[in-house]
Parts: sequence; structure tokens; C-alpha cells
Amino acid sequence: MNALTLAEEVENPLLPPIPELVIGLIAFAIVFIFLAKKLLPIINKTLDERRAAIEGGMEKAEAAQAEAQQVLEDYRAQLADARHEAARMRQEAQEQGVAVIAEMRSEGQRQREEIIAAGHAQIEADRKAASASLRQDVGKLATDLAGRIVGESLVDHARQSRTIDRFLDDLEVKAGDVTKVEATR
Amino acid sequence: MSANEMLAFETDCHIFDGCGFPAPGLHSFLFEPLFTVGGYDFNKPMLLAVLTTVIVIGFFWAAFGRAKVVPGKLQMVGEAGYDFVRRGIVYEALGKKEGEKYVPLMVSLFFFVWIMNLWSIIPVAQFPVTSIIAFPAALALIVYVLWMYLTFKKHGFVGGLKNITGYDKSLGPVLPLAMTIEFFSNVLVRPFTHAVRLFANMFAGHVLILMFTIASWYLMNGIGFAYAGVSFVMTVVMTAFELFIQAVQAYVFVLLATNYVQGALAEHH
Repeated sequence: MNALTLAEEVENPLLPPIPELVIGLIAFAIVFIFLAKKLLPIINKTLDERRAAIEGGMEKAEAAQAEAQQVLEDYRAQLADARHEAARMRQEAQEQGVAVIAEMRSEGQRQREEIIAAGHAQIEADRKAASASLRQDVGKLATDLAGRIVGESLVDHARQSRTIDRFLDDLEVKAGDVTKVEATR
Repeated sequence: MSANEMLAFETDCHIFDGCGFPAPGLHSFLFEPLFTVGGYDFNKPMLLAVLTTVIVIGFFWAAFGRAKVVPGKLQMVGEAGYDFVRRGIVYEALGKKEGEKYVPLMVSLFFFVWIMNLWSIIPVAQFPVTSIIAFPAALALIVYVLWMYLTFKKHGFVGGLKNITGYDKSLGPVLPLAMTIEFFSNVLVRPFTHAVRLFANMFAGHVLILMFTIASWYLMNGIGFAYAGVSFVMTVVMTAFELFIQAVQAYVFVLLATNYVQGALAEHH
């Protein structure tokens, strides 16, 4: 049988046949040379590049984050400034408004007083004018009337004036008495 | 093709037919030469060894040849394997600084051994190259030479000898005995066990798979079909188990190689 003849040929399986040993060494040597000299350096370089890229990326990300933080702080500061400014302006406007109102009020007051004073003066002047003209008219009428009654013209001016004045004074006194009497009543 | 497989599958020998079980054995590891060059036979394990070289280089060429910072799928797989050996084995034992120099050797060893083991369950090939002692022996020899070289380079001749023999004055009168044992263990036994550990595992694994495969075929007769089913399930289970063992043995082989290098570089105690 084939198997038996082969089995008889079998040597100690722990004794390495030389051709296999040589082939094994050569085969491994080729693998080792290719990997050690060519392929593993390539991948090591790539891995280094990747590490550098990742670290670079991280640095970039950190920088970006810091910048973003800075911008945010700036923005917040600006916002706070703006709010502050707005509050200040509002305050100012309010103060100004109050001042304007107060000023307007005092101005109005002043104008009113002026108008009132002017009115008073006018009334006083009118009263005086009216009083003067009345006194004149009454004097004239009285003299005319007296002249007609007496039948002669009271030419004497001085006497005429005195008489009229005395009459008017009497009238005033009477009027004063009447008002006093009314007041007491 | 192994002589045994020829027997098992090219004959119609089944149980209850009056022919014996064609058990696998040492003859399962002998191959008729594919061709002969200058009086030397070129057989299947050699072909598989050469193919291993092609595959390992081919894979890493495809993965790393045009390595990119943003890796593709294949490059990611390659990097995972590379990192597994680099960090998981070499850096662990030797540290990053000292270990870097030995990374290419260990990476080459791991993938070379693993693919050679893997042939065991690849259809058509179905033979672990490392179950031929010459291949693990060649690799163990490389590690052994490296270990010797590093020991004497690092510690000088006397220091190297002390390192190899585990010289320790505090042992007193036992010292000569301890040194003899250490010398024997390190210089003679170590390369042998290094190679044989891998060889024997793959050898036994292959025999197991062969056993159940042949049995599946042999038992296909009458009631034997039931046994054949069990045997076939075992074939599948063993194949899956081998897939695991192949990786583990490659890992162990490289781990030991790294430890030897570490021992050579370490200060003797």
C-alpha cells in the first residue's frame, strides 16, 4: 500500500529538512525586508503625519475657541456699555425734560404775571383816563347846568373849578359813606 | 495532496466494507514533489510558504503602499494589525523607546506565522505550513541568533555569559548547578521549545481536522452515516477552533521572541 511505503519513509518529524529550512528563511527574509525597509516606514510616516494633523487640528480648535470666547466677551462688554449709555441717555432726557417743563412752567408763570400786571396797569390807566374825562365832563355839564339855572356864565374859572371839585369831593365822601353803611349792613 | 487524503477520498473504502480506517499520521505530512529543481524537490508546503510571502507583502502593500492620513478600509485593517503587534506585544515588553527598533521584525514574524498557520483551513491548501518543523525552526533560529547577538553586544562576552547563565553570587554553593541548568535551558532548550511549541500545535491541529474529515468519509455506510454526521460536526468545530489556535500560536511565538529580546537587553540580576 502506498500509505505504508510512505510511512516507512517518514523521518523524525522534528528533524528539519534543509530545503524547507532554506525556503522558510528566504520567504521570511523577503517579508521582513519589504516590511522593514518599505512598507512600515510609510505607515509610520503617515501615523506621525496623522498625529501632527490631529494635534494641529486641536491647536486650531483651541485657538478658535479662545477667539470665540474673546469675541463673546467683547460683545458682552459692548452690550453692557450700550445698555449703560442708553440708561444714561434716558436719565439725561428725563432730567432735561423735567428741566424744560420747570422752565416752561416758570416762563408761563412769568408771562401770566406780566400779562396780569399789564392788564392791571391798563385798567388803572383807563380808570384814570375815564375818571379824568368824567370829571371834566361832569364839571362841564355841571357848569352848563348851573349857568343855565343861574342865567349867567360862570366865567371865573378858578371859582368854577373850586366849586366843582368841592362838589365832587362831597360826592365821593357820600359814596364812601354809602359803601361803609353797606359794608356794615 | 497528502497520501492519506488520496486513500480516504480517492478510494471507496467505508466502514463495514472490510477495509480498515485509514488513520492520519506522519505520512499525512509528506508530499510528493510538485516539481524538482536541481535534485531538490519543491513540494506543497514550500509553495504555501512562498504564497505566504506573497500574501503578507501583497496585503501590506495594498494597505500601506499609498498610506493616507485619513485611512481607507484596508489601511485601517492593516493599521489595526500593525498596532496590535506594535503596542500589544513590543511596546508592552520593551517599552516604546527601546522596542521601536524591533517592531518591523515582530510584525513580520506575526503575520508570516499567522498566514502560514491559516493555510490549515483554507480550502484546497488545507495544510498549516508551520506543521513542517523546518519553517518554525527557521524562524526560531532567526530569533535565537538575534537574542545571542544582542546579549553579547549589550553585556560583552563575560557579561553576556553571566546573563545567559543567570549568574547570581547570592546562590552560593548552588551557583554552578544553577548556572548549568540556566545555560542548558536558555541556550539549548529555548530555541527548541520555541520552534516546537508552534510546530506541535499546528501539527496536532492538522491531525485532528484530518482525523474527523477522514472519519466523516469513512463512516458513510449504513448506520455509520449517523457517526459520520457527528464526525462532520466535529470537523467544523475543530476548524473553528483551529482558526483561534492559529492566531494564538502566532501571538505566542512573537510574544516569546519579544521576551527573549527583552531578556537580552535587560541587566542581569
